[in-house]
Amino acid sequence: MQGFLLSIQSEFYKTRKTLTFLSAILLPLILCILITTGFYSHADKIMFLSAKLQWFRFTGAFLGVMGSLILPILIIFQTFSVNNIEHRAEMWKSLFSLPIPKWSIYSAKYFYVIFLNALCLTLFASFIIASGLLLNVLNPELKFSQFDISGILFKLHLKLFLASLGILSIQFLFSLLWADFLKPMGIGFVFTIFGIITANMGWKYAYTIPYTHPVLALQSMMKQVLNNKNEQMEFDLMSREIYVSLAVAALTFIIGYFVIQKRSIK
Amino acid sequence: MAPELIIETRDLSFQFGNQLILDQVSLNVREGSIYGFLGPNGAGKTTTIKVLLNLLQTEDDKVFLFGKDLNKNRIEILSEIGSLIEQPAIYSHLSGKENLLNRAMLLRLNSTRVLEMLELVNLTEHANKKAGKYSLGMKQRLGIALALLHDPKLLILDEPTNGLDPNGILEMRQLLRKLVAEQGKTVFISSHLLSEVEKMVTHIGIINRGKLVFQGTIQELHYVSKEQLEIQTSDLNSSRDLLCRNGYQAEISIDRIIIPYLSENHSAEINSLLVKHDHKVYSLTMSKQNLENLFLSITQL
Repeated sequence: MQGFLLSIQSEFYKTRKTLTFLSAILLPLILCILITTGFYSHADKIMFLSAKLQWFRFTGAFLGVMGSLILPILIIFQTFSVNNIEHRAEMWKSLFSLPIPKWSIYSAKYFYVIFLNALCLTLFASFIIASGLLLNVLNPELKFSQFDISGILFKLHLKLFLASLGILSIQFLFSLLWADFLKPMGIGFVFTIFGIITANMGWKYAYTIPYTHPVLALQSMMKQVLNNKNEQMEFDLMSREIYVSLAVAALTFIIGYFVIQKRSIK
Repeated sequence: MAPELIIETRDLSFQFGNQLILDQVSLNVREGSIYGFLGPNGAGKTTTIKVLLNLLQTEDDKVFLFGKDLNKNRIEILSEIGSLIEQPAIYSHLSGKENLLNRAMLLRLNSTRVLEMLELVNLTEHANKKAGKYSLGMKQRLGIALALLHDPKLLILDEPTNGLDPNGILEMRQLLRKLVAEQGKTVFISSHLLSEVEKMVTHIGIINRGKLVFQGTIQELHYVSKEQLEIQTSDLNSSRDLLCRNGYQAEISIDRIIIPYLSENHSAEINSLLVKHDHKVYSLTMSKQNLENLFLSITQL
């Protein structure tokens, strides 16, 4: 266990000044600045809406872009760069000749990517809330401060996080096996597009494809919120695509472990 | 009492697919020795080293380090080994010091050990420079520092002098000698050039096409070397022809004629023959085959 914790610490130490880590902070920050600027300059278009609907519009602007495309692409990038740091330095042979169990090196990397994803989504939720409140300060006619969306927003991002674990595990395994950028990136990108198409077409078995899970999670959330007769923004955290995502993540993690355990470093 | 065997392989064979890379290799590396593992490119040196580090999987009871089966005691054995395989594995976006601090973190070592290692390999001045901007020699030295960081008993180095200039090779040689003499380490070093390691090793293993063709001390390698007679005359070609016509196996090598040495009388007969036929003999000496040539002849078998 100590080997695992030290490996996690080492992952942070290695990546702390690289885009691998910084992307988890910069992406939500940049996206927030852009969307907030857009809403500030066109505040008159949402001024007449209720506080809840203003939040709904504002949050929707983020989720529309992020949930379907940016989140999977960010995961593909992060899983690649966490492993590429070793491929590039030809470090695998050195890492695996250290007196550290292979499982701890492997799982530390895996959980570090999960941490980056969790950090990114937590920052997204936090920045959205902060930006909404900032908009209200800049334009007091807006009603963001009249409704507390924090609970819903964090729950929604937790749902997105769980929905993305399947993609993360598959991409992690691809990046572990292949040193070149094109294979994991190309495969990941094609599957993401395929996922968006199948999810939007409402294909019956779309939930079986991990790359559809963030979109499906958003769709199921929207469906529940819009059908709510009490006009409450309530939805279930766990839904079919979340269970599948978790199952894929667990299975792929175990497969990856055996691949590493038996892998020869040529 | 004979020193303990630090590395022992027992009829170790290894294949990639159908290609046999190692063929019944039985290495014996004793404690406190500098063992030069020699062979031409593609002979199986790096594969052997990767097997010794458990990077390539082999069957049980074939590879023993510190008297223990590697497959069954991986972590315990690796904690006593420092290694440098091919090019040093270094994070180029981190400084030399950060590379060492990261490794120290993984191995639960005190950061003062990092400073000691930087000092040992003469990198203190460049400690905060990005490792990607290091020269090849500096990278190799950083690789050695990384390998030595946890104070291992055994150092396994795969062609550490590759790409180094003569000064760098000399520094590496001095460092390794110092480690063995002052810290009692055992060093296993591979090279494809005998001349690079000849002056520092105590033992040699020569591998060719996956087979260990020689193993022993430098002195034992000298014994294998055949004695020869070297003759310098005024006209090498006609002297060689004369000797051949009289049944001697004479060959010209650069500026002298080489003949297998048999005895003092035999040398005197050759001298008389040349003088009788008006060949001017400048010198006639008995010598041993140069070790590099011997190495080449062994690996070309």
